[in-house]
Amino acid sequence: MSDPLFSKKHLKLLTDPLNSSNPITVQVLGICSALAVTAQLKPAVVMALSVMAVLAFANVIISLLRNTIPNRIRIIVQLVVIAALVILVDQVLKAYVYDVSKQLSVFVGLIITNCILMGRLEAFALGNRPWPSFLDGIGNGAGYSVILIIVGFFRELFGSGTLWGFRIIPESWYITNGGFYANNGMMILPPMALIVIGIIIWVQRMRNRKLIEE
Amino acid sequence: MMNRNGNTYTFLYAAVMVVLVAAVLASVSIALKPRQKRNYEIEKKQSILASVNIETTAKTAEKIYAEKVVKEYLVNTKGEVIEGDAFNTDLKKERAKAPDKMALPVFECQTDDGIKYVLPVRGTGLWGPIWGFIALNNDMNTIYGATFDHEGETPGLGAEISTPAFQEPFKGKTIFDKSGKLISIIVAKAGQSAPAEHKVDAISGGTITSKGLQKMLFDDFTSYKAFLTKKKL
Repeated sequence: MSDPLFSKKHLKLLTDPLNSSNPITVQVLGICSALAVTAQLKPAVVMALSVMAVLAFANVIISLLRNTIPNRIRIIVQLVVIAALVILVDQVLKAYVYDVSKQLSVFVGLIITNCILMGRLEAFALGNRPWPSFLDGIGNGAGYSVILIIVGFFRELFGSGTLWGFRIIPESWYITNGGFYANNGMMILPPMALIVIGIIIWVQRMRNRKLIEE
Repeated sequence: MMNRNGNTYTFLYAAVMVVLVAAVLASVSIALKPRQKRNYEIEKKQSILASVNIETTAKTAEKIYAEKVVKEYLVNTKGEVIEGDAFNTDLKKERAKAPDKMALPVFECQTDDGIKYVLPVRGTGLWGPIWGFIALNNDMNTIYGATFDHEGETPGLGAEISTPAFQEPFKGKTIFDKSGKLISIIVAKAGQSAPAEHKVDAISGGTITSKGLQKMLFDDFTSYKAFLTKKKL
């Protein structure tokens, strides 16, 4: 009850999702958008930030309402809160930062269907006070972001030879310009994202033995 | 307090929630509409200017547009100029009409190389609409510049139609062959044979978007054909 704002217990809410309870690599949630938006780094980052914002606020709202929500329609209530927040964010972006909203376009819908959101609302916000719920939202959003950014980094670098749209692999290396290098076309397709996530899961479990199932 | 698991409470809760959320979203939407509309208009002006290779920012677009775009008008599929507001014509609605009812916008832009005729185009990609602006030289045949955009094509694949790498090769291509037949532009994969003056490279991994773009150009040039032929003479 009277925990300080950044007590050890609260900080754990922020840091656990980055590693031992990562929403993507450990809970395997939110895979759909992780495959869809990571062909380039920029949309991956924009998506990650949007999910983090929506998740944190949805967590707070559901946590504030948690003692009033009728049990039988709680999933519907959660969905309405998420959908309303996403539409709100989209409208505000369209009015004030139009170019960012263009980047987001298709991903807005994907936020609503992202199972991390429903998962956190159901598993955490319904049973906790607003402040821990907010931290849990930020933490899980960050855990999701880390994976998206890693995957986006490798896919854009090896798939297009650029990062954030800037050329990293020199033009003169390419076969078409008399060099020896070609982009890996597989990298820009979703199956390769799944393979990259698989490799991340493998590396993470090598380093953190506790995660290995018996 | 009422029984939280009772029917009455559940129904009341749902009803109040829906009305509240609807009210909030509706008022936000109404409040932000004018700003959003202005953003769309600025973007459209930027796209039109981009098709004649004039780079603008959101801040400068309106001023440059007023200087450079000397005429805006509508034509029908017979090539006659008709009454109406060209800038605010909704191409989606026009495309849905019968060919003889369509009103097609034309924008005349003053550039350093003379007057260019900018035609808006609109079609379907993989996930949703794609659109663009094609600027023609006054021979009504050679493409001076092209710009495309999309609603939700896949980043890195179909979405590449909005990049300069895809749009640059359109410059200098022609849409009619020597006998005056409308060929439009063929968006071809490597190895696919097509006359070089009508061909641009497709996007690997973006086949359906590429094909949609090719169809869009052919359909829309067909609607403008009478206008183009008339103007050429």
